[in-house]
Amino acid sequence: MILAAATNENLAHTSNVLIYSAMAVYMLAFFAHIFEWTFGSRSKVARTAAALTSGGASEDAAAEATATVTVKVAAKGGGTTVLERPKVVTRSASGSRNVPDGPGADGGDAQGDMWGRIALALTGLAFLIAACGVVARALSVQRAPWGNMYEFSITFSTVAVGVYLALLASRKLNIRWLGLPLVTTVLLTLGLAVSVLYTASDQLVPALHSYWLWIHVSCAIFCGAVFYVGAVATLLYLFRDRYETKLIAGEKVSAFATSVLERLPAAATLDKLAYRVNAAVFPLWTFTIIAGAIWAGSAWGHYWEWDPKETWSFITWVAYACYLHARATAGWKGRKAATLALVAFACFLFNYYGVNIFVTGKHSYAGV
Amino acid sequence: MSNTDTHAGEDLAGDTTPTDDVADERELGAAGSQLSTAPREEPLAAGPRLGPIGWARWFWRQLTSMRIALLLLLLLSLAAIPGSLIPQTSASSNKVDTFLTQHTTLGPIYDKLQLFHVYSSVWFSAIYILLFISLIGCIIPRSWQFVGQLRGRPPGAPSRLTRLPAYTTWRTDTEPEEVRKAALTLLKRRRFRAHVVGDAVAAEKGYLRESGNLIFHVALIVMLVSFASGSLFKSEGGKLIMEGDTDGFSNTLSQYDDFTSGSLFDTSNLPPFSFSLDHFVGTYERSGPEVGTARKFQADIHYSAGPGDSEHKGVIKENHPLQIEGSKVFLISHGYAPSVTVKDGKGKVVFHGNTPLLPFDKNLSSSGAIKVMDGYHDKNGKKDQLGFAALFVPTFGGKGQMLSQFPAPDFPVLNIGAYHGDLGVDSGVPQNVYQLDTKSLTPFKDSKGDILKKSLLPGETMKLPNGAGSITFDKGPIKQWASFQITHQPGEGWALGGAVAAILGLAGSLFIQRRRIWVRATKGPDGVTVLEMAGLGRSESAKLPEELGDLAVTLIPEAPPAPEPDAPGVPEADATAPGPDADDAGEATAATGAAPADHAEGAEK
Repeated sequence: MILAAATNENLAHTSNVLIYSAMAVYMLAFFAHIFEWTFGSRSKVARTAAALTSGGASEDAAAEATATVTVKVAAKGGGTTVLERPKVVTRSASGSRNVPDGPGADGGDAQGDMWGRIALALTGLAFLIAACGVVARALSVQRAPWGNMYEFSITFSTVAVGVYLALLASRKLNIRWLGLPLVTTVLLTLGLAVSVLYTASDQLVPALHSYWLWIHVSCAIFCGAVFYVGAVATLLYLFRDRYETKLIAGEKVSAFATSVLERLPAAATLDKLAYRVNAAVFPLWTFTIIAGAIWAGSAWGHYWEWDPKETWSFITWVAYACYLHARATAGWKGRKAATLALVAFACFLFNYYGVNIFVTGKHSYAGV
Repeated sequence: MSNTDTHAGEDLAGDTTPTDDVADERELGAAGSQLSTAPREEPLAAGPRLGPIGWARWFWRQLTSMRIALLLLLLLSLAAIPGSLIPQTSASSNKVDTFLTQHTTLGPIYDKLQLFHVYSSVWFSAIYILLFISLIGCIIPRSWQFVGQLRGRPPGAPSRLTRLPAYTTWRTDTEPEEVRKAALTLLKRRRFRAHVVGDAVAAEKGYLRESGNLIFHVALIVMLVSFASGSLFKSEGGKLIMEGDTDGFSNTLSQYDDFTSGSLFDTSNLPPFSFSLDHFVGTYERSGPEVGTARKFQADIHYSAGPGDSEHKGVIKENHPLQIEGSKVFLISHGYAPSVTVKDGKGKVVFHGNTPLLPFDKNLSSSGAIKVMDGYHDKNGKKDQLGFAALFVPTFGGKGQMLSQFPAPDFPVLNIGAYHGDLGVDSGVPQNVYQLDTKSLTPFKDSKGDILKKSLLPGETMKLPNGAGSITFDKGPIKQWASFQITHQPGEGWALGGAVAAILGLAGSLFIQRRRIWVRATKGPDGVTVLEMAGLGRSESAKLPEELGDLAVTLIPEAPPAPEPDAPGVPEADATAPGPDADDAGEATAATGAAPADHAEGAEK
């Protein structure tokens, strides 16, 4: 490796090739997801409709579920005996609709499931390639790969997929249905990055020479990725909630909406997922802003100057705070709170694209 | 103001089951009571005929209600928007002036609405002050309530534990007292606050959620107060220093180019440090698409902490201010200060020195004014003043515009326009040292009658017409200047502490679940102990049943299950309640543990 030049052209080139390859694989994953949804539409088990329209279900509002888990308990003798773990009965809060979660994108169809798995494998592969691309970019410039919007975009999309894969791997949440919207957005982000935002790899302006770059920007990227997952869940919640409301009211729902929305998790599940995701990352977003303020204090001499980027991250913060409060305020729960969450994410997006492109401020570096 | 709480008690009470259950519901509501200090929402009803105190109380209740707090939060985010789109005086007063000249109708309206200083405007302040009053009005009663809850004990078990969100039961041969004792020990070991009430153990955990919530909101107030008080005591000023300028800067008011301070700052308290600029280093990208982009700025300085202190060498870079005597010195900007020599008609040097010029683009094309205020006499021997409008480019791009091609002084060219007359410096009106006020100046004319203007290379001289003298762009390296901002901002520690507390409190209030667990042990009719466990949280969470299962598993060695009787277990008087085995409910809404409930389709008739 010749390090005579600060920028290693070879590595930068490798990084570009990797990013393009990742896009190709994401494209394949996108098609696999489309197949998954298409095959899944053959499944005609209308659980939601059955749950909401059959008289028996709505009578007893509180539903129960049991789960049995066998646990191994160390016995006194040193061996282990298998004990039946007591069944824990859970009851959902009464008053909520008792709607089962949809079966997922594949609709329980075997072929759909196969395509879903293929899509997931391809997404994983594309993620690895993209991650290598980001690392190669970082090595080529010998710094954190977050110096301009192109680098920020490739890192952001890779982290978003990483969050999704990590959530899937934790097996606590079944969120494979998120695959199609996620891969679509990632393709759009990467497409925008390589076509419009591309910047040849280079060094940073002196103001960015700080370890706070690692802390502040990596947190911002991670928050963005998680907020994105929350926003998709919120959006789908709004659709699914309307669908359930229509079913209860006995209104007609188009066949397409039925086919797609039927397979999503119940509105309550989506709402809870969105809340959990947004609430979990909100403290980190708070930290991101505070870290930014501390950095600004040493770089510009002021902790807070209402620079456009600062202002919009503050607006985003307040909007998410509104969402969290709205969920606990009578008359604001549900759809209104969800709308607030979407507005908050729109603020986040504007802070990234809008402020960088249309507004000049102290965060304007290296030509977008 | 609670972030996340939903009214568990309210949810339970919202059930519309037959009247038999009314008492039951009340009891369940009591079990879930005081699981948080979140305010209950009151209907927006203004009572008729309220006296002044009544109205004040009504207003106060409205202001501190969640609904109004939420609206104020929304307003705050909306109010912050214009400041990011309209130029602000605090960020750039030049841009505001440009805006005002470009928009003659809109400008004054904006000015009236205080849109050029949104964040110090009356309406923005009103919103956040109201918000903080609302916040304080919310926190204080909640803190009291929380203290009460901390001093109290978790309420006793409701009679029908089966109705709680998570429930489990088994039969055991261990005596009820023993079971309760074991459960109490277990729960206490798991750091629950637990005590025995009647035939059951009542336990509660997760008080940190409420503490976190309160800490977060108090920390916000601490941050606001420390910023506000900090701005009363802060001082901030700018100083431009040229390389090798031996005087440098000493920290007294008269030395500042500009200075602002909070209303409670005592200017005689400025710490007596001083520093001077030895050398400024700026390096720029020489190739690639980002040619000309700055790579490194560094100011090599000498500083001393006070009259008795010796000189130290130091370096100020971006991101690395000099910290001295409680103040910070930041490197803000830099530029060139070309040296010129001005002679009068007799060849006498009337001015020789460097004049700092202000850059106006990325490649450091700079402009400024060279002023010869005294010592100059025109050819008739009359006292006169000379003014030169200077335009400097560090790298000249050949013929055409005086715009620099690169920030480093590769091909420096100085363009001079010459004037004489009254510079206006004695008029008492403060003027910009970097601008030439040409109102009472007469331009020197060239042979064509235009204003005398010439681009000079180092060493070149422009002769003023009619023996009025000459100006020479001196040879040698072009000196650079750097400008520094000297800031003294107290209250930083408090703000930082507040910020850290806010994050920790937030994490506590969002990640910790406050929940109650009850363990009831009673003798069944057949002499076998029936053990029941149930859990209730503020919000539905998959973690609660998991935790209950864990606790049950841990309790089993102390209370091993007894063989089931032939009939499905119907414990005590609770015959109407659906038992765990009587799977008579409709759909499964929440599957717990790793095994999803797969009997979801089995809708009950």
